[in-house]
Amino acid sequence: MGDLLVEMTDVSKSFPGVHALDSARFELRAGEVHALVGENGAGKSTLMKVLAGIYHPDGGTIRVKGAEVQVPNPRAAQDLGIAMIHQELNLMGHLTVAQNIFIGREPRGKVNFWLDEKALNRKAAELFEQLHIRLDPRARVSGLAVAQQQMVEIAKALSYNSDVLIMDEPTAALTETEIDELFRITRHLRERGHGIVHISHRLEELKQISDRVTVMRDGRYIDTVQTADATIGQIISMMVGRTIFEEAPELPEHPNPEVVLEVRNLNRGRVIRDVSFQLHRGEILGVAGLVGAGRTEVMRAAFGADPRDSGEVLVHGQEVAINSPADAVRHGIGYLSEDRKRYGLALPMDVEANIVMASLGSFTGRLGRILRTRTRAKADEHVKGLAIKTPGIGQRVKNLSGGNQQKVVVAKWLTADTEILIFDEPTRGIDVGAKSEIYRLLNDLAAQGKAIIMISSELPEILRMSHRVLVMCEGRITGELTAAEASQEAIMTFATQREAVAAA
Amino acid sequence: MTMTTGTARSRVASVAGGDSVQRLLALGALVILLAFFSIISTPFRTPDNYISILVATAVNGVLAMGVTFVIITGGIDLSVGTTMTFCSVILGLIVTNAGLPLWIGIPGALAAGALVGTVNGTLIAKAKIPPFIATLGMMSITRGLAQVLSDVKPIYFEGTPQFYDTFMGKYILGIPNVVFIMFGAAILASLVLTKTTLGRYTFALGSNEEATRLSGVNVARWKIAVYAVCGLFAGLAGILIAARMTSAQPSVGMGYELDAIAAAVIGGTSLSGGEGSIFGTIIGAFIISTLTIGLSITGVPDQWKLVITGLVVIGAVWLDILRRSRRA
Repeated sequence: MGDLLVEMTDVSKSFPGVHALDSARFELRAGEVHALVGENGAGKSTLMKVLAGIYHPDGGTIRVKGAEVQVPNPRAAQDLGIAMIHQELNLMGHLTVAQNIFIGREPRGKVNFWLDEKALNRKAAELFEQLHIRLDPRARVSGLAVAQQQMVEIAKALSYNSDVLIMDEPTAALTETEIDELFRITRHLRERGHGIVHISHRLEELKQISDRVTVMRDGRYIDTVQTADATIGQIISMMVGRTIFEEAPELPEHPNPEVVLEVRNLNRGRVIRDVSFQLHRGEILGVAGLVGAGRTEVMRAAFGADPRDSGEVLVHGQEVAINSPADAVRHGIGYLSEDRKRYGLALPMDVEANIVMASLGSFTGRLGRILRTRTRAKADEHVKGLAIKTPGIGQRVKNLSGGNQQKVVVAKWLTADTEILIFDEPTRGIDVGAKSEIYRLLNDLAAQGKAIIMISSELPEILRMSHRVLVMCEGRITGELTAAEASQEAIMTFATQREAVAAA
Repeated sequence: MTMTTGTARSRVASVAGGDSVQRLLALGALVILLAFFSIISTPFRTPDNYISILVATAVNGVLAMGVTFVIITGGIDLSVGTTMTFCSVILGLIVTNAGLPLWIGIPGALAAGALVGTVNGTLIAKAKIPPFIATLGMMSITRGLAQVLSDVKPIYFEGTPQFYDTFMGKYILGIPNVVFIMFGAAILASLVLTKTTLGRYTFALGSNEEATRLSGVNVARWKIAVYAVCGLFAGLAGILIAARMTSAQPSVGMGYELDAIAAAVIGGTSLSGGEGSIFGTIIGAFIISTLTIGLSITGVPDQWKLVITGLVVIGAVWLDILRRSRRA
């Protein structure tokens, strides 16, 4: 391994309500592929965004090639030879490959504002040759596969003569052969002496591509090991660490084995692969998995919000045709999006209007008149029942806290007589104090006989709340655990069980 | 073999600046429309009538070229119609009222248009006012200014007969010069759009503004430039309409922006940005004028012409959406 390219020490970064990085550190040498791993929210991306000048650290030092530097913006990172390829690609789809790579730096003709398209394409072709990338410089980017678009981003990043290339989850959207191609390029870049940071949560990938692994947890640096010396099991145990939440899951008895919802053989492309599960009355079913495992996709498809290739949904043992959210609501299924503000609430409207939004039909008199006495009574009932903290039912929802907004969404679905509630990340964006209140609410709902699906990326939350846990990876259900069997290690093992490994 | 075709096709696409299918569809529609009216109507199929279609296309065509730039960035300019009027009044003020020569008046009118566009662009790029609102306001401002400056009276170009002669004179094949000016402007606009940095950033802005910004392109500056170009074309349209009407008419102009936008859209310029071409826009402008003249020659009342033009615009966009969704 070569010289030290990057050295980050004691880097801290807080966002409102979250301590994203807490004295984190990281180092990168020339000619190495350095994997950065950790659970969702461990701080991997945040740390690298600090290095790429996207976030400003609250404290800590960054050294590039030995010299202490400040990275105030992405342009400064570029000048230091640091390039980051984000998970969401940032390309101009209507332009060609070469036009994208050299945007803002187009070769000019004799007159300064005249473009020299030939030189542009030639430069791109030369770049591809150096990088061993196979792409037509003239192809339109919107017509390329994701893997090829990623190659465009890589070529663009390296066209700035970057020594350091940070790739955030580069394999998340790729097929096996595309991953092989990406790794071929990655190895070639390593030979050329670039330092490459490979952020990933696909652990078995590390063995194939990385020289060293740094593990992060809760915004902190845990350890750096030689990839060859560590087993995947050791890395997993570093990722999850000791059990932080000793609190035992509060499991109310649920002697009622009645199956309320059953999904059979749900499929859609590579995203959802043969998913089947059952949900019982009075149960909280946790759905765990890493980002991109397909949890939200499965639930949205079951709810009718997205199309599906095949699969059946049964409510109370009866097969039902759910082709739109309206069908699902009619069969008593409610979906509470993780993005409440966008999909769950009409923010400028008041609490009362939001609570009756999904069931306005049952509060309507002759000629479409809304029966305000009844909507007011219903809103008051829920504000009291769910302990929604608001000055009154006339308050605009946008003025409520995250936790109380979540309660308004719950009230909306309760008003619509929903008996199956799908919560997608119910506590995302809700501060710690309000979380336990949401937990209590979920427990109460289950105790009242509602059937609850809870998608969560926070393992402690899954362990604390779920009666049963489904674990997903790459669109498949890779494991089902009872509350007693569930542990962070067990869940992580299933959550990283990719097909190649499962077959081996 | 395959490689060659692939390269050739993408070269065509890059020269044309985007999606060529909609443009070919538009061209086909224009040919069918011309054939249809020529067959059913004797007065339609006269040389004089074909020339009048060409002349009638000139003003809207030039306006639509400017608007095409703006729409490709994902924006809109509702002020082009009244900016055109404003510029023709400026021309009248300089040439007739102040008695200055044409070689000052014409650049003056063009500069007035570019200035209006620059103000639009600055409001949009710097003050972050949505294009729809900024240019809606400007539509009212330029209309008002045109009327204030002219005292709501037409300004005639009595002292400068060479003005009319320059623009409406017929030196080649009996075709008025405005037609050649329109085609010249179209070639120029097309070159700018496909061959220069301004054109490249026009497409880049409409394709992904944030990615363009992150690539280090000064997004605000180029956006202002695009609106300035649009204003410049409105200025040229102002000169052409003054020549056609042999006067600067302070009360015309409202509604011209909609015809210009319609021409661009019929020609395949996408209102969501990133796609469009001058060639398509010119075809779109010809479709509108052919339809208008064809319908009036065949005796369809004006009111119905409006209805039919509206249906054509909606139909063209719908067709485009259908085609795209099938491809996706």
